[in-house]
Amino acid sequence: MTDYLITKGRLVDPASGRDEVADVLVRDRVVAGIGAGLDAGGAELVDASGCVVAPGLVDMHTHVREPGREDEETIATASAGAAAGGYTAICAMPNTDPVADTASVAEKVWALGREAGLVQVVPAGALSKGLEGRLMADIGEMYGSPAAVRLFTDDGHGVQSSLFARRAMEYLRGFGAVYAEHCEDEALTAGGQMNESALSHALGLRGIPAAAEELMAARDVALCRLTGCRLHLLHVSTTGTIAIVRRAKEEGLPLTAEATPHHFSLSEELLEGYDPLAKVNPPLRGEADKEAVIAGLADGTIDVIATDHAPHALEEKDREIEFAPPGLIGLETALALTLTELVGPGRLSMAAAVSCLSTAPAQILGLPGQGAIIEGAPANLVVIDPGAEWTVDPGAFQSKSVNTPFAGRKLTGRARAVFFAGTLTAAAGKPVHGALL
Amino acid sequence: MIKHLLSMDQLGPEDITKILDTAESLRQVTARPIKKLPTLRGRTVCNLFYEASTRTRISFELAAKRLSADVINFSADSKSSVAKGESFKDTAWTLEAMGVDAIIVRHGSSGAPLQLSRWVKASVLNAGDGQHEHPTQALLDLFSIRERFKDLNGLKVAIVGDVAHSRVARSNVKGFVTMGAEVTLVGPPTLVPPEAAQWGAKISTSLDDVIGELDVCYLLRVQKERQAEQLFPSNREYAALWGLDSRRVARMKPEALVMHPGPMNRGVEIAADVSELPRSIVLDQVANGLAVRMSLLYLMLGGRAEEVETQS
Repeated sequence: MTDYLITKGRLVDPASGRDEVADVLVRDRVVAGIGAGLDAGGAELVDASGCVVAPGLVDMHTHVREPGREDEETIATASAGAAAGGYTAICAMPNTDPVADTASVAEKVWALGREAGLVQVVPAGALSKGLEGRLMADIGEMYGSPAAVRLFTDDGHGVQSSLFARRAMEYLRGFGAVYAEHCEDEALTAGGQMNESALSHALGLRGIPAAAEELMAARDVALCRLTGCRLHLLHVSTTGTIAIVRRAKEEGLPLTAEATPHHFSLSEELLEGYDPLAKVNPPLRGEADKEAVIAGLADGTIDVIATDHAPHALEEKDREIEFAPPGLIGLETALALTLTELVGPGRLSMAAAVSCLSTAPAQILGLPGQGAIIEGAPANLVVIDPGAEWTVDPGAFQSKSVNTPFAGRKLTGRARAVFFAGTLTAAAGKPVHGALL
Repeated sequence: MIKHLLSMDQLGPEDITKILDTAESLRQVTARPIKKLPTLRGRTVCNLFYEASTRTRISFELAAKRLSADVINFSADSKSSVAKGESFKDTAWTLEAMGVDAIIVRHGSSGAPLQLSRWVKASVLNAGDGQHEHPTQALLDLFSIRERFKDLNGLKVAIVGDVAHSRVARSNVKGFVTMGAEVTLVGPPTLVPPEAAQWGAKISTSLDDVIGELDVCYLLRVQKERQAEQLFPSNREYAALWGLDSRRVARMKPEALVMHPGPMNRGVEIAADVSELPRSIVLDQVANGLAVRMSLLYLMLGGRAEEVETQS
């Protein structure tokens, strides 16, 4: 077991409010000391001058594809991609095959995550059996299992029945668990390929109107008020949804929201060439919506930056846009996009970025060893080089899939070293060999 | 000349005039006892149709044959090819490997011809993609109007009906506007979205408001599924508000034309008696489609406009 002394880095830990130059000593898997001039005592030195030392990143929204589509991604490859991207925990979405609607599937995902050993894999549970929105999934059993599921969602689908949504929220409140919604009124989005706009009409592609997201967000806020359940809105993408979240927070309702890097980095113009790689749900929106997402992150309306990492086989993406599945991968670009698009231009402070990528998601998911740098707690850390310039090359990704619209883009900022429970798991965007626990 | 014809966006007024002038010369050929030119001898044209179509496919096939090209037809249903069979890209590569010179593609998915053009060296001609464009329809319509009015500049044209879901509407608005016509899109907002105002056209919900000033009344086909989707209450109400019947025709200018891309739903967008009036030039549109498609194949696959004269 190697110990590390990370020296001269800028320690940014929103949980404790620290933002100062300090050394961090990692000994026996835990943070053994924080401060100036710590004694290495035989620990390996990691020079972090010019770098940010932050709690390891936590992705609230990862599609790991295992079980069911191991050709697209496995828990091991998703873990490797996550580690390379600066993460120490990921929340695995339940829309696998079979769906994580029972404790046995959730436990399997959790166990495979432990086996891979590169990040903490936290399964999310389905709200409904088979994600059909009719019968409740085994919520209590998933909650009580070793997988300790705390967040439940039918992600991929919005819960169409308001009655089912109400019942699920009431039931979840009894556990203090989180109801997470993919906001989409499917009656309004049938056949939709992209954001509904002047561009969708010009391209002859069926549109997905902002109203489809906003209707369900507004409904869920009303049900949150009715039931008192904790509510998390996944991948918010429109000006209207963000306004709904802002008002609900002013009211003091227990809700949180996330946005993806692609919704603050890209807009619908990318669809002009009918590129299936730019097809994603919710869709890339207009410039005004993109600005609203950035403003929502800046004023704290949006708590979390989550990837919605959605691997797809190349042959399924490389076809007519209408038949290509929506989604793109994000674990290995999220940090750099946040730094390049938001922190670099001064739209978001470094501390706010760390909060969105680590502190807030760890708190929402209830992960005690994540999202904070605390003496005596497991050493889940990322050393970020904010000035590192690199070019996105999907071929070099750890993920099994390559479906990203960011290929070839020059980005600034990268995870230089990642420690998961005190073990060095990745350096300079590559997993460290022999790091398996 | 352009390598691929994917959208009317690619064509300026000079390009369109050249295509229509060439079509006019080529039409002389089709009036002769031997209706063939040797221009495309040894070239291969493939009709790749992922959607059922009779008139467009036959028109393209005949156009290619009149120019002495070899023609192969490949028909598939895009919906069923999702579940089974070869992918669109594999089919494209197969045709490429066989050495075709041009692929005429109709596809239910908007943008499919653009994607195809990225995968193959052959010229790609869009014969209708989803709800996006149908450029050869626009060109043959421009040709048909030009036969009657000589110049499109300043003409008042209405396109009536399901603009939102129509590839014909998108291509025709672009073609008409490029050639200087004033276009009004007519229909209820469920069929004519406000965003269409950005195409350089005006929008009206009332056919009666515009009918008296039109030079061309262009009627779109009412698809059965639109009523099923409840975009308007009934065919009866559609006919009453936006159908062209003899009562409305009586208010049209004497020389004004009635056009339709076919096939017509008589009794819905057009009354049966109206479809048979001399001002209704639906069959001219069909006949002109052949000349326009010959012109495109001729110009795009290497012929030059001045050669038509020497060969004929």
